[in-house]
Amino acid sequence: MSDHDYRPKSKVGQWFNDRLPLLTLANHLTDYPTPKNLNYWWTFGGILTFCLITQIITGLTLAMHYIAHADMAFESVEHIMRDVNYGWLIRYIHANGASMFFLAVYIHIFRSLFYGSYKAPREIIWIIGIIIYLLMMAAAFMGYVLPWGQMSFWGATVITNLFSAIPLVGEGIVTWLWGGYSVDNPTLTRFFTLHYLIPFLILGLVVLHIWALHVPGNNNPVGIDIKKPSKDTVPFHPYIVIKDGFALLMFMIVFAFFVFYAPNILGHADNYIEANPMVTPAHIVPEWYLLPFYAILRSVPDKLLGVVAMLSAILILAVLPWLDTSKIRSAVFRPLYRQFYWILVADVLILGYVGAMPAEGLYLLIARVATAYYFLHFLVILPVLGFKEKTLPMPLSITEPVLGGSPNLAAARNKESKIE
Amino acid sequence: MSEKKTKRRDFLFTATTAVGAVGAAAVVWPMIDQMNPDASVKALASTEVDVSSVNPGNTITVLWRGKPVFIRRRTKEEIDEARKVKMEDLIHPEKDEDRAKNPEWLVMLGVCTHLGCVPLNDKGDYNGWFCPCHGSHYDTSGRIRKGPAPLNMEVPKYEFVNANTIKIG
Repeated sequence: MSDHDYRPKSKVGQWFNDRLPLLTLANHLTDYPTPKNLNYWWTFGGILTFCLITQIITGLTLAMHYIAHADMAFESVEHIMRDVNYGWLIRYIHANGASMFFLAVYIHIFRSLFYGSYKAPREIIWIIGIIIYLLMMAAAFMGYVLPWGQMSFWGATVITNLFSAIPLVGEGIVTWLWGGYSVDNPTLTRFFTLHYLIPFLILGLVVLHIWALHVPGNNNPVGIDIKKPSKDTVPFHPYIVIKDGFALLMFMIVFAFFVFYAPNILGHADNYIEANPMVTPAHIVPEWYLLPFYAILRSVPDKLLGVVAMLSAILILAVLPWLDTSKIRSAVFRPLYRQFYWILVADVLILGYVGAMPAEGLYLLIARVATAYYFLHFLVILPVLGFKEKTLPMPLSITEPVLGGSPNLAAARNKESKIE
Repeated sequence: MSEKKTKRRDFLFTATTAVGAVGAAAVVWPMIDQMNPDASVKALASTEVDVSSVNPGNTITVLWRGKPVFIRRRTKEEIDEARKVKMEDLIHPEKDEDRAKNPEWLVMLGVCTHLGCVPLNDKGDYNGWFCPCHGSHYDTSGRIRKGPAPLNMEVPKYEFVNANTIKIG
């Protein structure tokens, strides 16, 4: 932010800003030059910030009534639902808020995948984003354990047991995680502590995520570098603030629909039965947002390799900027990548579907094919595509496709049609 | 700066860092170890079960260290089926004779060795147990026969205190 020579108008403002340049920061954020061709897929960053704040506020209020003890947790959640003033509302916002958070983050991630936002010079933004995503999964998993229902208990058992796949030290690590010989009260209290901590870690990483974003500036649907500030940019306030605000309102309508009309549709009825270490529910399923990875876990018939495959499926995203060898960012100018992109979207949706189904017969076969394709996409298709693909001619500026009729673009298109 | 002086400084840096690292580890270890099972958890190490009311072909489930333990009084057919299995057919080869010292009684942790679910009684392709979570099949000796679980269900340390009482742990 060294390019700022902002000076507050008032004497008091100047006095304060000379000592702590908060007003310079505020000015940077409001004036921040943003590409003027950003579409609505770019509004999910703001929506995600809203989701995080919502989860923190509702989480804090729930923690005032919740009791983290194996004998009382289930009852205290029912107490919140029945006795606490508006407890039902706060809990339903928090529980559905987790799903909304993941819905938004998946759109945000797939936006990046389509427009190549993870590519140079934005690799660090992307990697911080993946760390945030991992922390979100940890927070969501531990939060789901807190009501101490059947799915809480058995979900915790299955997920913590993933670590037992590690050779030699696995069993010791699981006992250490549990603080006992099974999931029990010590497990619940530490999960509560970590569930409380992680959102604040995420908040810190979000600051870094935005800081790293503000160094090169936003990518845009055309995916070319722009000079900033220039005629290609608009100040963040009021243009993007209004657009983000409108998108947030639309998002809140969906959010409110779930909270008020279908608050339990994304959960499992089994979690309204108190945890019982003697009986496993007939069909253990994680929350919907973890299903694709669960399908990958189950599609491998070996315990250790299954766990390795599931973790790799997530961690492979961190090295994506180097797996994708194409110099062109936006899929708009990559006709082949665009098709593979939509196949990947379908592949992940299929994995999610079979992850919710029993792991047998045809479902298992589909899960295996989809798992293989998932890795094929990142490890083979993307690296090769960068060399083989014939990309479309790029416009010289982001204004060009809007105004149309650019001599350059027309010439380029003519040239292309002659080759064909 | 002379050669000798630099070496003396290097030694001091290395020594200081080493002592600092040991000190840091000594502080970190209690923070890590506090998460291990505490004294009250370890104190619940054994439990005694009265099995006089269990009929042949029935299984009771008791809780030991927070985990279910299956105690099955096996029928003649189940014992024969478990004992005639060839070792080469097993994923985790263990003789039934070693798993059930007293052939009539099979005592084992009712915990699937895949990811820790509780398998269901009298289910699956091998007339033993079936884990509903990820589809592991166990035989009448609790040995893994099919599915993702790598090991047989674990036989805990136990003994018959008298004809009707089993002490687990």
